[in-house]
Amino acid sequence: MTLVSSTASETGLDVRADFPILARVLDGGRLVYLDSSSTSQKPAVVLAALDDYYRNHNANIHRGVYKLAQEADALFEGARERIAAFLHWPVASTIFTANVTAAINLVAYSWARTNLRPGDAVLISEMEHHSNIVPWQLAAAATGAQLRYLQVAPDGTLSLEQLDAELARGDVALVALTHVSNVLGTINPVAEIVRRAHDAGALALIDGAQAVPQLELDLTAIDADFYAWTGHKALGPTGVGVLHARAELLEQMPPFLSGGDMIATVEAQQSTWNELPWKFEAGTSMIAQAIGLGAAIDYLDTLGMANVRAHERALTAYALERLAATDGVSVFGPPGADDRGGVVSFALDGIHPHDVAELLSRTNVCIRASHHCAQPLMRRLGVVATARASFGPYNVADDVDALIDAIERAQEVFAG
Amino acid sequence: MDDLYRDFILEHYKRPRNFGELPEHDHDAHEVNPLCGDELGVQIVIADGRIADLRFQGHGCAISQAAASMASEELIGMEVDEAATLDAGWMLDLLGIPVSATRRKCALLSLKVVRHALTGDGSWPSDPGT
Repeated sequence: MTLVSSTASETGLDVRADFPILARVLDGGRLVYLDSSSTSQKPAVVLAALDDYYRNHNANIHRGVYKLAQEADALFEGARERIAAFLHWPVASTIFTANVTAAINLVAYSWARTNLRPGDAVLISEMEHHSNIVPWQLAAAATGAQLRYLQVAPDGTLSLEQLDAELARGDVALVALTHVSNVLGTINPVAEIVRRAHDAGALALIDGAQAVPQLELDLTAIDADFYAWTGHKALGPTGVGVLHARAELLEQMPPFLSGGDMIATVEAQQSTWNELPWKFEAGTSMIAQAIGLGAAIDYLDTLGMANVRAHERALTAYALERLAATDGVSVFGPPGADDRGGVVSFALDGIHPHDVAELLSRTNVCIRASHHCAQPLMRRLGVVATARASFGPYNVADDVDALIDAIERAQEVFAG
Repeated sequence: MDDLYRDFILEHYKRPRNFGELPEHDHDAHEVNPLCGDELGVQIVIADGRIADLRFQGHGCAISQAAASMASEELIGMEVDEAATLDAGWMLDLLGIPVSATRRKCALLSLKVVRHALTGDGSWPSDPGT
């Protein structure tokens, strides 16, 4: 790959050949996929794992004694073990959920509704995805707790001073923040935030949907009480997410969804619960998806998350440099690539983000134009929507060049 | 030239007709496109069973703004009964550009808000599927 920027030339990851979809020719052109913050593309090894499960090992898990069922069990629980090890968190408190929204809702229903009291506060921020806002609005309404927000500064960061001031009020029961902003790319200092929350007697939930796919993480070091993320943004299939939580909290919490698989015994009028993590996995699990996610994590582990981060940091630096050199473009979020993940939100003077995305798609440049499920942040930024380019490990500098070329063509259309 | 962003679309987008405020009005409504967060309001003055005057307010993409601007020119002077029954096909014919399924709501937002103001029906105009 050719990189003009000196900051971008340090890594040379080019894994495009591992992703079958990137070989697609659409209207005579190649695919320039810059929407990985929405969902990532999938490497062939993930597709193969899904296919292999359904083709060779398909059986329900946890109760089958025949060989096929044992194989399915081993594949499913093996994926859990490797995912837990990858992120440095105990296996028994690593729960499969449908997605990050389901993971956060598990906490909002099972923990928040039994622990929040009138007078308690849940502290979130203006840069949260709706999935880390709406569950707390409902939990606050159900319990009489208050929902408060940390502001986003003009440089796209949160203020630790404001965090301290909020915690000093003494009523914060839970701090629930995103690790990496899906709009601004801001990487929040979550280990420090969790430490301050704990010092103030609050619990901490971190939304890692954007962090797990691109950062080298040690969840034990971050020490959040709840850490939620989703598989499909991390090269895995849709339909599977993960909640890592402190075991003693999970032991105390009532079940969220109830039914099959999450019980130990069922009497006519009452039941007892299965042990962790299955207490929180009611019904037949997303077996294929979890196995697929295990393959995705193996793939990321092989690439090395330090390499993935260095590569995406370099691409982001290059994109920031080229966008800054393009007339009529303004960029949202932290100015430096060190402080942000592989996502760049921007605006073109006089062209609505929707029209930007439409015109970029003329040359197969796939970006997102929307409020990105972060309407409170849009209001803080003073816009209704942004255009957003985001990177995965399979992007290369040519993709950034294609983005800039397409932006210039869009500007020509609107100048006419 | 781009199929969608024709000169007349861009011209209406850059200089939208009948945008502003009508503080004294008979009908008004305000709508949001959930897809993109775009907002559009309308105020309408009625005289002798016709739309005597109309103003849009809001912001949006070129398609939604041009659609509102072009619709406003047709709507002023139109009988209220006729305006209340306009459907998606009328709007898409008026625009005269190939609007993809994902941009359909952009094209129809102004008609939706006008129908809402006139009839109280805030549903999306029925789609002819063209």
